[in-house]
Amino acid sequence: MSRRTLLTYGAAIASMLALALFIGWWQVDGTGAPEPVAQRPLPLTQMEFQMTDQGGETVGPASLLGNPSMVFFGFTYCPDVCPTTLSDISGWLDDLGDDVADMNVVFITVDPERDTVPAMAEYVSYFHPAIQGWSGTLDETARAAAGFRASYEKVATDGHYTMNHTASVFLFDADGRFASTIDYHEPREFAVPKIRRVLARAEEETS
Amino acid sequence: MRKSTFTALAFSILVGLPTASLAGSEDIVVEDAWSRASIGINRPGAAYMTLRNTGTEPVTLLGLETPLAMMPDIHETKTDANGVSSMAPAGEIIIPPGESVSLEPGGMHAMLMRLQTKMVEGETFPLTMNFADGGKLTVNVPILGIAARGPEG
Repeated sequence: MSRRTLLTYGAAIASMLALALFIGWWQVDGTGAPEPVAQRPLPLTQMEFQMTDQGGETVGPASLLGNPSMVFFGFTYCPDVCPTTLSDISGWLDDLGDDVADMNVVFITVDPERDTVPAMAEYVSYFHPAIQGWSGTLDETARAAAGFRASYEKVATDGHYTMNHTASVFLFDADGRFASTIDYHEPREFAVPKIRRVLARAEEETS
Repeated sequence: MRKSTFTALAFSILVGLPTASLAGSEDIVVEDAWSRASIGINRPGAAYMTLRNTGTEPVTLLGLETPLAMMPDIHETKTDANGVSSMAPAGEIIIPPGESVSLEPGGMHAMLMRLQTKMVEGETFPLTMNFADGGKLTVNVPILGIAARGPEG
């Protein structure tokens, strides 16, 4: 192979490498990078969606104003994450006792096709009595998730399906402002103080 | 009779397998097995436990069997940087010698798909583990309440 051919090949390989590097940069760090999904939820006052609670009442973000709130997404056909989250929350509520008497605690299903109002009512009845279960249409579910910046996705399994979903718990103050997030399965010693802070903020404002 | 020979013999009688085909799985001890009661049979169940390898060889867990569910399988929950949780089959699980592998909420669990009967609080069900060396180990898993958080309830 002549020296000239070698040079040509070398230049071609070098430019291909440069192009690959550029594409990689563009997709990861450049303008081609996907928008970060984990954004702060909107204030409850800016959300718009309508659902039905476990008692058959029509509810929405405005129903939560006036008291601090704890909201999370899940589905009742979930064997691990959702019962764990509901049990964790039941434990936090037990720890906080009367202090959380006025707090709204809402479990919103991302699987309203299976989680009908009666299904949600039965499911939440096994956990702390403060936990509400909200179910809406597919459209309203999408609107709710968008407001909370939560994501979910239906995933087919053998003849059935499961849901991937945001497993964090969102805390809001009594005015509907987003306060903080409790991550999935966060230890009680971190979770309970976060709830106390939201409750304290509500106290300050009313006194 | 030496103690190890006796243990191996006792185990082979227990599960009806020739001692020669076993290499390691007889050293697996299952601790703190528990599961949650189910609502009906449509939703998949989950069971948790710790598998401790008391032997000197790594042991590979291939799969599960139980009369309770048509499709039992070990699944793993993963939560990404955005807080989104998903589940996927965990595949083969290797338990290194002298170490434990825990199936616990938020990590791995025995996913009990296609329940044949309702999981009733206070009852137990047999769960058989199939190991790569041909060994089998059956444990009776207690069924706790739906809101149980751990082996203590």
